[in-house]
Amino acid sequence: MLAYIIRRVLQSILVLFVVGLVAFAMFRFVGDPVDNMLGQERTQADIERLREQLGLDQPFVVQYWRFLEQAAQGNFGLSYRQGRPVSEILLERLPATLELAFVSGLMALLGGIALGIFTAIRRSGISANIIMTASLIGVSLPTFLIGILLIYVFSVELGWLPSFGRGEVTRIGGWTTGFLTESGLKALILPAITLGLYQMTLIMRLVRTEMLEVLRMDYIRFARARGIREKSINFRHALKNTLVPVITITGLQLGSIIAFAIITETVFQWPGVGLLFINAIQFVDIPVMAAYLMLISVMFVGINLIVDMLYFAIDPRLRVDRTAGGH
Amino acid sequence: MTEKTPVLSVRNLVVEIPTRHGILRPVDNVSYDIHAGEILGVVGESGAGKSMTGNAVVGLLDRPARITSGEILLSGQHIHTLKGEALRRLRGKMMGMIFQDPLTSLNPLLTVGDQLTETIQEHLKVGQTEARNRAIAALEEVGIPAARSRIDSYPHEFSGGMRQRVVIALALCAEPDLVIADEPTTALDVSVQAQIVALLKRLCREKGVAVMLVTHDMGVIAEAADRVAVMYAGRLAELGPVREVLTAAHHPYTAGLMASTPLASQGKERLRQIPGAMPRLGNLPDGCAFHPRCDYAQDRCRANPGPTLDTCDGRAACWFPLNTKQKDEVSA
Repeated sequence: MLAYIIRRVLQSILVLFVVGLVAFAMFRFVGDPVDNMLGQERTQADIERLREQLGLDQPFVVQYWRFLEQAAQGNFGLSYRQGRPVSEILLERLPATLELAFVSGLMALLGGIALGIFTAIRRSGISANIIMTASLIGVSLPTFLIGILLIYVFSVELGWLPSFGRGEVTRIGGWTTGFLTESGLKALILPAITLGLYQMTLIMRLVRTEMLEVLRMDYIRFARARGIREKSINFRHALKNTLVPVITITGLQLGSIIAFAIITETVFQWPGVGLLFINAIQFVDIPVMAAYLMLISVMFVGINLIVDMLYFAIDPRLRVDRTAGGH
Repeated sequence: MTEKTPVLSVRNLVVEIPTRHGILRPVDNVSYDIHAGEILGVVGESGAGKSMTGNAVVGLLDRPARITSGEILLSGQHIHTLKGEALRRLRGKMMGMIFQDPLTSLNPLLTVGDQLTETIQEHLKVGQTEARNRAIAALEEVGIPAARSRIDSYPHEFSGGMRQRVVIALALCAEPDLVIADEPTTALDVSVQAQIVALLKRLCREKGVAVMLVTHDMGVIAEAADRVAVMYAGRLAELGPVREVLTAAHHPYTAGLMASTPLASQGKERLRQIPGAMPRLGNLPDGCAFHPRCDYAQDRCRANPGPTLDTCDGRAACWFPLNTKQKDEVSA
């Protein structure tokens, strides 16, 4: 098992190297930075001197290495637009995105699993069929449309919930949270639903399909033949087996919640890293874009790693360090 | 033995499956008894209704199959009318079931001990420690070595034969009076098969359990069963003590089955085959369902109604049973 973990960690690092390369390459695509930094009346000597100063005369590999070295320390340089360190700006914005992703991820997971089980057990019931039909809407409506619809109903028509922003936030150390104030919590509801709805319907349909599959297995039949009660069959015998494949997809989905947050954050003017990224694109603020790219990939890779570890917790067949009984 | 109430008594059981092309009868008018400490072997080709009969008894028929008439009595009590919760209480407690494939009939994510103690606590009023002790005892009883240390293992840590022993322990752990073993040896190695059959036989004798042993393996029947029921196209073809049926079959189908079973002592002679295939349930011939494949068929066999055990000699559903007077007409 340890060997497996080490292998997965090494793979993750490799992925980060590749993403780092892409992020680094962005700087080069937008032309020579020296042109922008020196004015019209530059001499060749000036150019050479600045190149040497910035390390741009070094070979590509050396430059890439230095970029990674800096990135690993959280140093992505200065934002072109704001003139402040990128890491500082990102850290400021990150809590908003993480809180939003956490709430909508939790909603998607709990709601998805609960509804999935319900629709699987009551396969032919009326309410299960209504939920299944409704879930089609969740899967097929684009995120921004759901957001706008929710704003129209709950902010414009009913006036219950705010249509944009994070509300009042409380500062705890370097973290700003909207969980502690009423307006912060209210502001969280619509964006969280918008971001989580698609994931929830996806998880629900997945859980339902897997659950139906598992309920047909011999060991469920055998459990029934032993007189095990339905509750235990559904939630103990079947659910655990259902979760193994569900975890894979769910893990990937949670990663994409953070990435998809761009759209939701734009619709609700949510002051998170997604909105920051959109603004950075408009201003061609390369350091911010590169840092965002690295941040998202670190999260994706990290979540995947955690998901792989979860397999071991759930499925004993993967823990093969004990010797299996022979014939 | 015949004086006592049989553990299981099936009376004129009919199972029907409604389909678009009409109603199918995978089990048609089947009756038999099983007494305590007795093993009834049920044989027949695939689709003859063997497993369906077993599933009907424990109330685990897959929809849309359902019991449409007949009675099932467990120790004299009607159970075919029970539903839901009442039936669930009986399963495991009064009747256990053993499935064909030990690789798929154990939950891979729960330890063997979890599955045993849950079943025990479901049916017997015992505490956690007592349930665990009983689970260990159940594993020891089915011959799992070092049961105390293996109880917290997962199913994948056991071999196929050992897993089938675990399955048997699970079926018996709440001390049922009846065990339905549905092809318990089919998925196992030949050497392991004999062990499992011997184990079933021992448990049946020691605990006085009534066993319904469903199989298509004549060898297993000869080895384990006291009486044998031969099924063909959902109906009973022959029912009698195993020795008599195997040595002097009354029904031509039984005789055919015996002749097509390879025996090591037979040498290299060609095996006899029964010509043709079992008719599809939706397309049964008139009269005796076996007559198109029968060497002895006569006009009466094609006429309705077909023969049943009751209308014939009580042992074989055949108008012209073999081996009744001229003993050497067809030998096994």
